[in-house]
Amino acid sequence: MQFDTPATTNPIDNLKVVGQPIPRIDGQLKTTGRAMYAYEWHDPKVPYAYGYPVGAAIAKGRIKSMDVSAAKKAPGVLAVVTALEVGKLKKGKYNTANLFGGQEIQHYHQAIAVVVAETFEQARAAAALINVDYAEDKGSFDLKVAMETAVKPETGEPDSAVGDFDGAFKAAPVVLDQSYTTPDQSHSMMEPHASIAVWDGDKLTLWTSSQMIDWWRSDLATTLDIDKEKIHLMSPFIGGGFGGKLFLRADALLAAFGAKAAKRPVKVALPRPFVVNNTTHRPATIQRIRIGAERDGKITAIAHESWSGDLPGGGPETAVMQTRLLYGGENRMTAMRLATLDLPEGNAMRAPGEAPGLMALEIAIDEIAEKVGIDPIQFRIVNDTQVDPEKPERRFSHRDLVGCLKLGAARFGWTGRGRPGSKREGDWLIGTGVAAAFRNNLVLPSGARVRLDSEGVVTVETDMTDIGTGSYTIIAQTAAEMMGVTIDKVGVHLGDSRFPVSAGSGGQFGANSATSGVYAACVKLREGIAQKLGFNSEDVVFENGTVRFGNRSIALAEAAGPDGLVGEDTMKWGDLTKTHQQSTFGAHFVEVGVDAATGETRIRRMLAVCAAGRILNPVTARSQVIGAMTMGAGAALSEELAIDTRRGFFVNHDLAGYEVPVHADIPHQEVIFMDETDPMSSPMKAKGVGELGLCGVAAAIANAIYNATGVRVRHYPITLDKLIGGLPDIA
Amino acid sequence: MNPFDYLQADNASNAVKLASAAAAGKYLGGGTNLVDLMRETVERPDTLVDVTDLSRRIEARPDGSVMIGAAVKNTALAADRTVRRNFPLLSRAILAGASGQIRNMATVGGNILQRTRCTYFYDEASRCNKRDPGRGCDAIDGFNRYHAILGASPSCVATHPSDMCVALAALDAIVHLEGPEGVRMLKLVDLHRLPGGRPDIETELRPHELITDVELPALSFAARSTYRKVRDRASYAFALVSVAAALDLGDDGNVKDVRVALGGVAHKPWRALKMEAALRGRAATEVNFRAAAEGELSDAAGLRDNAFNRTRQADDRCRPR
Ligand SMILES: Cc1cc2nc3c(=O)[nH]c(=O)nc-3n(C[C@H](O)[C@H](O)[C@H](O)COP(=O)(O)OP(=O)(O)OC[C@H]3O[C@@H](n4cnc5c(N)ncnc54)[C@H](O)[C@@H]3O)c2cc1C
Ligand code: SF4
Repeated sequence: MQFDTPATTNPIDNLKVVGQPIPRIDGQLKTTGRAMYAYEWHDPKVPYAYGYPVGAAIAKGRIKSMDVSAAKKAPGVLAVVTALEVGKLKKGKYNTANLFGGQEIQHYHQAIAVVVAETFEQARAAAALINVDYAEDKGSFDLKVAMETAVKPETGEPDSAVGDFDGAFKAAPVVLDQSYTTPDQSHSMMEPHASIAVWDGDKLTLWTSSQMIDWWRSDLATTLDIDKEKIHLMSPFIGGGFGGKLFLRADALLAAFGAKAAKRPVKVALPRPFVVNNTTHRPATIQRIRIGAERDGKITAIAHESWSGDLPGGGPETAVMQTRLLYGGENRMTAMRLATLDLPEGNAMRAPGEAPGLMALEIAIDEIAEKVGIDPIQFRIVNDTQVDPEKPERRFSHRDLVGCLKLGAARFGWTGRGRPGSKREGDWLIGTGVAAAFRNNLVLPSGARVRLDSEGVVTVETDMTDIGTGSYTIIAQTAAEMMGVTIDKVGVHLGDSRFPVSAGSGGQFGANSATSGVYAACVKLREGIAQKLGFNSEDVVFENGTVRFGNRSIALAEAAGPDGLVGEDTMKWGDLTKTHQQSTFGAHFVEVGVDAATGETRIRRMLAVCAAGRILNPVTARSQVIGAMTMGAGAALSEELAIDTRRGFFVNHDLAGYEVPVHADIPHQEVIFMDETDPMSSPMKAKGVGELGLCGVAAAIANAIYNATGVRVRHYPITLDKLIGGLPDIA
Repeated sequence: MNPFDYLQADNASNAVKLASAAAAGKYLGGGTNLVDLMRETVERPDTLVDVTDLSRRIEARPDGSVMIGAAVKNTALAADRTVRRNFPLLSRAILAGASGQIRNMATVGGNILQRTRCTYFYDEASRCNKRDPGRGCDAIDGFNRYHAILGASPSCVATHPSDMCVALAALDAIVHLEGPEGVRMLKLVDLHRLPGGRPDIETELRPHELITDVELPALSFAARSTYRKVRDRASYAFALVSVAAALDLGDDGNVKDVRVALGGVAHKPWRALKMEAALRGRAATEVNFRAAAEGELSDAAGLRDNAFNRTRQADDRCRPR
């Protein structure tokens, strides 16, 4: 099915199942430990062996030699596979750094060997016995230094310009010119990367933890240099990914090589420090924002420049993208520059681009609003735009930022907000802050197969993944709505490369794209049923477990017949995303307390209002948003990968050192969804929400801290050392 | 982690005997620190003697002192009624540390002897004088946000991470030991060492000496005490700085007596004797507290990432609330 004209009324609009607050259908499996994560697949009859990875201890250079003799002789060891033996491998399409193979070291903890033993402990002990001789090269590890030699990236759209920014900025009566920095961040998902590999001749079965089944399968085939069809990949449950599991990772390769060498099924999980230094992270940015405004607050000039770094062949963190779209203003420019850094690979992490971009932009908006002397909400309303400001002929498909700001202000109790540093309760300086949320809505082709059996049960198969987001549930809701059955009559099977290729999970495109794929497959199935019954499919109604045509009504079970019926299709997308700008919007409100003596910030309440098209399931969507708000709290207050700029690695490479929020950090969180649909987005009329919830949160916190203390911090995370010098005297 | 033997001891003498008989024997408490260090191959014992079956008694004695068995779990000690009533700073210090699960496993003996959280110490590929004496220290010019500002040396700038020990230092706690040469006692403040030129030698303990008990001497004004930990997130984070303090106020509003110890600032729990002396007999005012704290910190030296510790220390948090 091709989606190329705006959606009209369709069976989803019945909203009997879709849009209902249905608890996740896999919830019980998860809470009772019966949902099998990659490493947990365990068949007592299978003689699993355990692989333990060895990572490079230098950041750049090459391996001169490796001595594995002691490791090979260690108790329980079945095989040792080294990068030197394997030799240089072809690199997958989506990887920047080599995952394994060859002499060259491109970053710290790049995998250089796997030790396979009878037990995990034996493999780990033996891995510690490997001696490596390196020839170390000097690397570049400090963005502040490397930005001097940063270049314009060759691909993408690094620059944009409309009107005369310089002239308008010079002429503007109120101007802001500030720099902001965001640090490297780690996905820190609960489940580390893990794989089990089993070879049967030249066929490979891999249980893994992947957000994108087909990308992994293709890149694994390329790297192993085997036919894609020979690989069967399964990833039915994923303990979080946040972008860290979008692309093939070393655990899959090491398990495959280890299993081949040991001639046994092999399990490999990346130890936690490897999650930080062996995989990808969100790259740090240095951003400069200039805004010129009229006295009434109208923006006349806006510029956003961003510098980030990556390994050779990598890309920039696209931190300026939202600034091309979020606010009006006739004279504008954006630019991204890319420096070479020899740190581990920088890549997508939840809301790449917008998340760090809004961390800067939404402080800048707070600052310029203050300079103009109007309320920051009013400032954003004044500068709202219903068209793409760079290409005014493109309208937004649906944009209700203003509605979010207004409703949020009323719900939060925004009026009466004091001047910076004016409100105090005991030792606490109290402040509130607001920021806009913005994230583009992406769509990817997505396929599904839907089967109706002789019991009237509907089964959906798609290689879509559920990374904790609720995919199982919304897919079941979609199929139930389309086929006119209750949700308990729907089974969903995900994350298996034998199923039709879906959008996968990432970029907040998963929910809308994958349910649209299921919609398409259900349309096929409905046609098949109608055809079989000799009905005109246009006029057939599916409801209450029956298919009705005129005054004839037949139970679905009966319609299916003994062999059942199948519908399969892929949703493809026309050019509505080109003719119209499709984005999601929101507003974040935060109240913080800052300890007047120590500068510790504690969040007191958070509110998010989101406008993201139809909300397919308000409870799973809410979970996405509160999780994202929590991630935003970490970004604002504590999350930073500390770089050792001499040796080129992230030092705080575990969950004790890299501080994500704990329960005690997170106060009452409220989420409101605007009641809206976006017929341009898909037949579901939905958009993504999982990343929107993160966008702007950190800036709202930063703005609240400013309001509490009068101290403006432009460098994340806002730890107490950045506040302590500027706090008022303790009374 | 290298292979090791696991033995259980049911009394102190037996534990000492088992540990001394091994080539590289170590005592095992809850294992929440030791096992991590073994996984990273920082510790390589050949024998672990489990001492969690030794005394788990908390005995409140008539003279107001309390004897605490070394195998008492951190959770149990924090929850003890006598401790909560008479020594609230100790209960609060323990609860400020780690997480519920870790405190359920951790023992009093193990908490005292837990090792630094310096990330380079845990990382085999880094240079660390504590792990490999003479190899150098990657923290001094590296990531050192959690490192020492007092009593550090050019060899090592690590801190002792325990919260519990800060309260014990303020309380003049006495550590009871049993070793191959018999039993003896050490004041907790004398148990840990400053790094000097040998950061690998962290305590005054003799080979295979076992902590059997910790004694809290009576201190009537300890009922008026608290613990304040400053950190980057609200829970489950090591201290940037912490303070254990007990205050005895006279009717005239002057400080009759005071105990202060600092955590997160030195290679050992830091008893703030200078500060105590400066406060005794003085009016309990903000200004005096601050001046006393600044006096205590007059020798403090900051590193790249922790210099802020000096500017505004935990000074004013010493007053109990
Ligand atoms: C993620 C994390 C966060 C943490 N956060 C904090 C925190 O915020 N604050 C804090 O204070 N602590 C914190 N801790 C540390 C925790 O308090 C210690 O790990 C715990 O107290 C150690 O006790 P244990 O019984 O498990 O010791 P073990 O790990 O069993 O032993 C530690 C050491 O003590 C020795 N030992 C044990 N018992 C005896 C004995 N009776 N006599 C002689 N030697 C003995 C062992 O040989 C070993 O060298 C944290 C730990 C982790 C893992
Ligand atoms: S501070 Fe001490 S523990 Fe840390 S690296 Fe230096 S010597 Fe090792």
